[in-house]
Amino acid sequence: MATSAAKLLPKEEFILPGTRSCAACGLMLTYRHALKALDPGKTIVAVPASCMTVLHGVYPITPVKVICINNPFGATGAAASGIAAGLKALGNDDYTVLAFAGDGGTYDIGIQALSGAFERGANFLYICYDNEGYMNTGTQRSSASPAGAITSTTPVLAKLQHKKNMIGIVEAHRIPYIATASPAFPLDLYDKVKTAKDTYGPRYMEVHAPCPPGWGFPNKDLIKMGKLAVDSGIHVLFEIKDGVFKLTSRSLSLAEKGKKKTISEYIKGQTRFKKISQDQINSLQEFVDQRWNEFLERHHRNSF
Amino acid sequence: MTDVRIITANSAAAIAAKLCRVQVISAYPITPQTPVTEELAQLVESKELDAEYLTVESEHSAMASVIAASQVGARVFTASSANGLLYMHEMLHWAAGSRTPVVMACVNRGVGAPWTILNDQQDSISQRDTGWIQLYCKNSQEVIDSIIQAYKIAEHIDIPTMVCYDGFILSHTTTPVEIPGQELVDQYLPPRRQVKGISDHSFMNVNPLILSDPRLGIDGKMAPGYMDMRYRLQNDLIKAIGLIKEADQEFEQLFGRSCGGVCWNYKMSDAAHAIVSFGSLASECTLAADLLRQKGLRAGVIGLRSYRPFPKNEIVKNLNGVETVTVFEKDVSYGYEGALAMDLKAGLYDSVNHPKFCSYVVGLGGRDVLPETLANEAYKAITGEIEHGWVDIKA
Repeated sequence: MATSAAKLLPKEEFILPGTRSCAACGLMLTYRHALKALDPGKTIVAVPASCMTVLHGVYPITPVKVICINNPFGATGAAASGIAAGLKALGNDDYTVLAFAGDGGTYDIGIQALSGAFERGANFLYICYDNEGYMNTGTQRSSASPAGAITSTTPVLAKLQHKKNMIGIVEAHRIPYIATASPAFPLDLYDKVKTAKDTYGPRYMEVHAPCPPGWGFPNKDLIKMGKLAVDSGIHVLFEIKDGVFKLTSRSLSLAEKGKKKTISEYIKGQTRFKKISQDQINSLQEFVDQRWNEFLERHHRNSF
Repeated sequence: MTDVRIITANSAAAIAAKLCRVQVISAYPITPQTPVTEELAQLVESKELDAEYLTVESEHSAMASVIAASQVGARVFTASSANGLLYMHEMLHWAAGSRTPVVMACVNRGVGAPWTILNDQQDSISQRDTGWIQLYCKNSQEVIDSIIQAYKIAEHIDIPTMVCYDGFILSHTTTPVEIPGQELVDQYLPPRRQVKGISDHSFMNVNPLILSDPRLGIDGKMAPGYMDMRYRLQNDLIKAIGLIKEADQEFEQLFGRSCGGVCWNYKMSDAAHAIVSFGSLASECTLAADLLRQKGLRAGVIGLRSYRPFPKNEIVKNLNGVETVTVFEKDVSYGYEGALAMDLKAGLYDSVNHPKFCSYVVGLGGRDVLPETLANEAYKAITGEIEHGWVDIKA
């Protein structure tokens, strides 16, 4: 049963005041809702060097009520495998192992360890918070950055390549549960983490996490930016359970009766797109439309 | 009844891991380590060993996963060689900094480029400064005994331990090895103590960001800064010299065999000329010492077992009164000289006794080293013909 109202979400907070994340951090909001869907007293989180390290605070103080194990950048998938194996060997099977890494730690440096773990069928939930760049080190380009975005390593030309199809790569591993989510749609996010928690084996979620300093929009627009991403189809909400694809939440209602907003509407509030050319906008729109149509086609194929 | 089997050092390593009741194994194959991973897989899949076995996609992940499993309380094992060990380098530092009692077998092999699969010790020597305890084995008996002792040492002081033995020379050569009984091993090595966090459901941030200076915790106590943490690791590594000796003594009491603690001596009681080496090369040096004694030179051997921590005082004490020291080793710090030679010379600087010192690099990438060659080179060193160099360069 889908959670129908925000007031039905658990009241207890597991991230206390004093995190070191930036104001209006999309990742922080994602983590907040995800922990509510888990049982943080019975969860161990594996985290690579990233904004998550910063969020978790500086030794010896942490504002997060969960066991967190920090790891080198490329090691998250392997570390989560090791935690799961260690817990199993010790008979602590009631723990949830959560790997929580950014797009750089997932799409780029962490992809080998992640692929290995998924291929082996390791039992953990991997959440990629996608803020579309190396935000912790100062907004460098990652393979998840969108075409047309200025980053500190694409300062003049803006990024020339489209985002990597990470979901496609993950899907090729035939794992039991894959989902996308957004902190702008917390009920959908919460329900998906709950479903993922109760699934055995490798599980992957990708959460689009708007980043005010990295993308260049005012803090107050965090939720607006998250919603615009979904409304424009640059981020699509869906889940793939045992290979069956279904659009969810706002993306589902868009598919049923709405009309997508244009990419121009999405990018206009973000300074990272200030150098984007009309050709790049057209290319980005084409990229988004093509992917949206593929998702629609898959959704309708599975709706009977 | 004593159980003696004719086995390779790789089999000895796998049997040792089983006897130690390891709970998580994670490994990636590389020559000459592969038989260790294969034999352990056989033991786990046939349910002779109750452990989780992760067939990971790289050595980086092998080390990352055993560290993580160790952090939640499991007894863990892995093994590697050469470029595989180098690929772990980041995680080796992480294991020591995390204070996880990981035990690994390092089957020594030369590193590329160019490719060699044969033996030298450049791989583990290149990991010297990662904060691991490094034990070197002179034969396959020491491999099985040292791995059992390594868990005792590592889990006592929470420092990862690498048990190094020579590729092919030991790893693929069958020799008689006495297999310790499971009951005695259980008596020697109790199950690992529970780790904090998992056992009491407390919230912990393990290996977080840390400042350079101490910082106040919510308990009102000052917590150490980065440098203080690192100083503790250094102090504990120095303390481990005593622990390695104790672990070996306790082992001897139960099993009737010793690995010599931090270093072993051969005919050193009356020696005027000491040869110092480690690994199987040190064992071979004993043959060279015998040849030198046939020529009337009072030669002896010190075999270094613990390279890190470096048992400076013990070695310097053993070298007291000798006239010459000759070091043979299968590694080099490029642009200078062999690593052991450098460390030993530095150790002797504080000593009142400054023997004539000669150092040689031998046997890189599997080049055969004969006892006669070692004896000839040591003879040249003793008689003052040569002081350092590479032995047996052919082209």
